[in-house]
Amino acid sequence: MQRREARWGYAFISPWLIGFLLFWAVPIGASLVFSTLDFQLTDPDATTFVGTSNWERALSDPDTWTALAATFRFTVLFLPLSLVVALGLALLLNSKHLKFTGFFRLLFYAPSMIPLVAGVLIWQQVLNPQTGWVNRLIGLTGIDATGTDGIRWFDNPILVLFAFSFIGLWGIGNAMMVNLAGLQGIPTELYEAAEIDGAGWWRRLRSVTLPLLSPIMFYNLVIGSVAILQYFVVPWVLFGATGRPGGASRFLLVHFYQQAFVFGDMGYGAALAWLIFILVALFTGVLFGTSRYWVHYGTERS
Amino acid sequence: MTATATAPPLDAADAPPPAEKALRRRRRGITATIVTTLGALLLAVVFLMPLGYGAATALKDKDGVSDPNADILPVSALTYEYDGEVHDVYAVPMPDGTTRDLALIEPGRESSVFIDPDDPGAGPVEWDGRWRTLEPVTGLNPQWGNFAEAWNTISFLRLTGWTLMYALVTMVLTVVSSAVVAYGFARFRFPGRGLLFGLLMATILLPPAVTLVPKYAVFLQMGWVGTYLPLIVPQLFANAFNVFLLRQYFLTIPKELEEAARIDGAGPIRTFLRVIVPQSVPALTAVSLFHFFYAWNDFFEPLLYLAGNREIVPIGVGLSYFSGVYNSEPHLILAASLLALALPVAIFLAAQKVFVQGIVVTGVDK
Repeated sequence: MQRREARWGYAFISPWLIGFLLFWAVPIGASLVFSTLDFQLTDPDATTFVGTSNWERALSDPDTWTALAATFRFTVLFLPLSLVVALGLALLLNSKHLKFTGFFRLLFYAPSMIPLVAGVLIWQQVLNPQTGWVNRLIGLTGIDATGTDGIRWFDNPILVLFAFSFIGLWGIGNAMMVNLAGLQGIPTELYEAAEIDGAGWWRRLRSVTLPLLSPIMFYNLVIGSVAILQYFVVPWVLFGATGRPGGASRFLLVHFYQQAFVFGDMGYGAALAWLIFILVALFTGVLFGTSRYWVHYGTERS
Repeated sequence: MTATATAPPLDAADAPPPAEKALRRRRRGITATIVTTLGALLLAVVFLMPLGYGAATALKDKDGVSDPNADILPVSALTYEYDGEVHDVYAVPMPDGTTRDLALIEPGRESSVFIDPDDPGAGPVEWDGRWRTLEPVTGLNPQWGNFAEAWNTISFLRLTGWTLMYALVTMVLTVVSSAVVAYGFARFRFPGRGLLFGLLMATILLPPAVTLVPKYAVFLQMGWVGTYLPLIVPQLFANAFNVFLLRQYFLTIPKELEEAARIDGAGPIRTFLRVIVPQSVPALTAVSLFHFFYAWNDFFEPLLYLAGNREIVPIGVGLSYFSGVYNSEPHLILAASLLALALPVAIFLAAQKVFVQGIVVTGVDK
């Protein structure tokens, strides 16, 4: 009976098992093998074994370091920003003082439904130095934003990170909704008890909301960091593989895509892909490692 | 509330009476509500401002887009058609001190002939003065034709057709396979189940890039690059997010239902089809919607695998090609972007209840 059950279980999960082997396990292993080959897409017959030279090249390629720096800078700016904004919007939507909650939830979620490329193209125009509304609004305050020395969002390696962030905040809906659901799951008695103890808004946020929301913040943090390490669509649509301005749009995946599929250097591309894999594994490993110091799971949960 | 309002005021000198206190608290509550709601409205306006900009700019003509001093709305010089010819409209100061908007039909050096567009029957108006000193009249003049032009230039129907095909076919494949796998993880005990489920969850975090080089090489060998096969076939093998969500839902279905079916002689496949699937329509719908939007947005793999075949790319990739070629015509790019977002946003608005519930289930039970 038990063996029968196990056999049915394997039968039901077999589509995933086969897919996991075909599209994950074997390709990951094969990538490692590829990273030791000089394999050019333009001339596959001339493939030779080159040992660790692709790896040495990956670590000495200035573009790799540009990509790491770009990813690092954007992570430092956008990851905290997105977490705070997603939490702030969720707190706003959960506020007992807010009327028309459903309507506002829809408004703040709606941009997440806009196809990313369309969103990027709209923001590209909104941030146009001369005619975009953002600079014209800034211009109203008396700052010369639209002139020749104005604010050029896409020509400055620091400003462009803000442009990326604006576009990124348009996709914040999912994180916001997950936070909101978490907030709604916090028992109101806890707030009432804290209020009786004389806790103000800030104190209640720090002592009740944040600890109870920490598993959800952790989830958003992990998903957000993994996504940033693989940031591609926005820089690609705006700048292609040019890396403009000053390397700020040469993210890891852009670098990888250019080497592997634009230049056809598959062996080197495989080494870069493995580098991304190692970085993601390290980063998530560190996050999971530190989580027990700040993520609170209720004791009753299994 | 009325109970405190009728209470007699006691001790009025020291503390505010209960009625006044309640009233004050209520008033503070109303103020907080107004401030919060107005603040949220302001925030939403700022957040959605680019959409307003996109709409206003998509309706401008080419000159209006590139002029930094142009009005934010799609305005342009008014014209009036008279006797088969198009004439510009000017603000003409009349001898009686008023100013009339008149169309210039016969310009002359020292005196010109105008006609009133609102009342052409009144006949031509002769005016003494230099018409070149007159201000042209501008008015709201949305160029709806931009949308038609963008529609044709990006071949909107072809892009949408391929995107719909891709989204719907992969939606069916992934939902069916994920439901089967999710049932396996939810209801059967077998050695290694915990480990395998952990492995499945880990694929959510694994960067797909690390699999791409060998996959691309193999698909190229098979002649699949340039077709949708590398994008569609992997969907036959379930997807971690969908399995997780569906398993979570299947676990909430009471086991008694399946036991009853089993006593009636139904095997696991029949039980799955007759009991589990009908019970799980909400979860299946949510997963289908999630995948639909995911596929609609999918960019990297279509860009990679369809690179040699621009005729069949989905809409995201098609838009990026278009913006590269037409970057001097932002009004067309914006019109195309608005066209591209209309369908997904409309579907979202129609199905938002299911959608929001789905997000909540995936996130919170993590």
